[in-house]
Amino acid sequence: MENMINLTIDDIKVQVPKGTTILKAAKSIGIDIPTLCHYELKGQGVENRPGSCRVCMVEVEGKGNLAAACATNVSEGMVVKTHTLRVIMARRTVVDLMLSDHPADCLVCPQSGKCELQKLAVDLGLREVTYSGEKSVYKVDVSPAIIRDVNKCVMCRRCETVCNSLQTVGALSAINRGFPAVVGTAFEQKLSDSTCVMCGQCVQACPVGALSEVDNTRQVMRAISDPKKTVIVQTAPAVRVAIGEEFGMEPGSRVTGKMVTALRMLGFDYVFDTDFAADLTIMEEGTEMLQRLDKYLKGDKDVRLPIMTSCCPGWVNFFETYYPDMLDVPSTAKSPMQMFGAIAKTYWAEKLGIKREDLVVVSIMPCVAKKYECQREEFKTDGNPDVDYSLTTRELADMIKLLSINFADLKEEEFDRPLGESTGAAVIFGATGGVIEAATRTAYELFTKKELGKVDFAELRGLDGVREATVDFNGTPIHIGIAHGLGNARKLLDRVRNGETMFHAIEIMACPGGCVGGAGQPYHHGDFSKVEKRLNAIYEEDRNKPLRKSHENPYIKQLYEEFLGEPCGEKSHKLLHTHYFDKSAKVEEVDD
Amino acid sequence: MSKISLNSTKVEKIKEICASFGNKQGEIINILHKVQGTFGYLPKEVQEVISEEIRMPVAQIYGIVSFYSFFSMKPKGKYPISVCLGTACYVRDSEKILNEFKRQLGVGIGELTPDGKFSLDCLRCVGACGLAPVALVGDKVYGKLTIDKVKDILDEYQD
Repeated sequence: MENMINLTIDDIKVQVPKGTTILKAAKSIGIDIPTLCHYELKGQGVENRPGSCRVCMVEVEGKGNLAAACATNVSEGMVVKTHTLRVIMARRTVVDLMLSDHPADCLVCPQSGKCELQKLAVDLGLREVTYSGEKSVYKVDVSPAIIRDVNKCVMCRRCETVCNSLQTVGALSAINRGFPAVVGTAFEQKLSDSTCVMCGQCVQACPVGALSEVDNTRQVMRAISDPKKTVIVQTAPAVRVAIGEEFGMEPGSRVTGKMVTALRMLGFDYVFDTDFAADLTIMEEGTEMLQRLDKYLKGDKDVRLPIMTSCCPGWVNFFETYYPDMLDVPSTAKSPMQMFGAIAKTYWAEKLGIKREDLVVVSIMPCVAKKYECQREEFKTDGNPDVDYSLTTRELADMIKLLSINFADLKEEEFDRPLGESTGAAVIFGATGGVIEAATRTAYELFTKKELGKVDFAELRGLDGVREATVDFNGTPIHIGIAHGLGNARKLLDRVRNGETMFHAIEIMACPGGCVGGAGQPYHHGDFSKVEKRLNAIYEEDRNKPLRKSHENPYIKQLYEEFLGEPCGEKSHKLLHTHYFDKSAKVEEVDD
Repeated sequence: MSKISLNSTKVEKIKEICASFGNKQGEIINILHKVQGTFGYLPKEVQEVISEEIRMPVAQIYGIVSFYSFFSMKPKGKYPISVCLGTACYVRDSEKILNEFKRQLGVGIGELTPDGKFSLDCLRCVGACGLAPVALVGDKVYGKLTIDKVKDILDEYQD
């Protein structure tokens, strides 16, 4: 046991592996030490512990100075006291100092009630800010999806860590020195001019109100109260396993029916499901995959494989920025949200005799990047977007709270037809590996013309950052790659670019865990077990669906019969497929 | 994202410097020193090219450039003037020397004269405290300065 260390924390003896921090050793025996800058996505290889906030200070016997528990490793015979008067007074001073350069607008801050700094001030019983001095003044930066109010930055550097280590995007870095030091972009340019892909993981990580999503709830409320408008809503799969958390329910609570009821109470004219469009995505993407596969197996050397999923807008922005040489590799299929909008504003609106300009499509997404996606020019017809507004899971919760709806006690209702019907295959879009599993369920049957014995593909599931599996398509081995988190995506993509590994199909999601860990989901404050519970709930939702393969959705069949014709046909191409743009930041060389 | 351009001779020179340090991220400080030594300063475009060459996010490079006061994103004059405001010089009235430079050149700290000839900066200690107050023009050190000597110094650079 030479790699184990014995120490005492608050008079309790504990043995932990060498290299453990005081913070984690204390946690292992149920002692919570308050933190602010510390942020860890357990199992995802990301930990921010710069030891910069000093909130986790503890007393170590024999040491003159207090030690930061998150950044100090245990040593043999160490005696730690976590809550002495000296420790508590030091923590109070630290938080007091932070507040001295922090706007005092807590009551109207988007993070109010969820802010970790606010919670610390409450827990430490701060009743006044003792220090006064210079305050930082910065302009608020608004991108299509993210609001950056650096005045509220506490330099915890969580956003910098997720942007660089988790996502390898590198749009954010600590800049300047001394008092003006802050986390910012290169040359302090606007986020929308930087390499930011709007995945929003920085928003999910920010403990205070320095980073938040653009709030579209007011526009939606206004549309709902406009008698001339028909306002319909679609909800992404990951929302239904997470929104309960906003109302004190256990992570992983499946609240689909309650959510539908709440949406009706909010005044949406029709409550539909993005899952319907997820089934449609599988029809299109699955067909595209089989077409490419067919050409490849017939010896066509020009065909581009692997086919990559294209549902995730953060991922689309990422490859447009960093892999402009591979723009023809991802599937051309639009995301389910955009497919939904395209079908709602054509097929469905025509059916009901609603004019395009009188129809407002709102989406509820676990995502921040979707706000940008729905504003893309290519998803508009005569300036009118297919999806008008995209709200996050948190924004929907805010709207429900606005109406004082007691969410937990709501009865359960069902989605409207036809755009509310979906299969289990669509539900699992919300989990990493889910899209490719859904595609496999359909592609297998279309390719082999045989019925699938077992619809669950355990080999495609899990939370490892990069996963590989080979699925037997009746004698043809199909090699599949999966990555979640853009840093993992980069690893997989570089292997493809260098020709190291041959994949037939790849699924990529920008957020860790897939959409269940999306940036628009309720804040998990670094507790990744919540994301895991949502993930399990997604598979449970799938198991409970009577239909579990996209091509079996009766309303999808009807849609093709009445309107679209065939998957990847002419009409589908016009409405359900897109193209990509080179957004790389390459410096252009000009002649002298 | 905004597209930016830089002339190809400069791009080649930057690539050469990056390559001489093995295109390693760990050499970023040395690369920035060398590139600033060559071009006099580190504008946006130059940082973008370095970023591409050594595969380091440009935000991180800007983080370094904005942290160290030695690095500058503004062009320096043909004759860069630095007035020492370190303790020894300061107590010997170097601030007055600095103000005299400002007055005669008509520029503030970190600025460049319109003809591009002089730029004015201040620094903290050059290790010549015995000569306080001290100013530098390029690499040349001028010690035991008085306000009257400022004009003489500037007159030395009349070409």
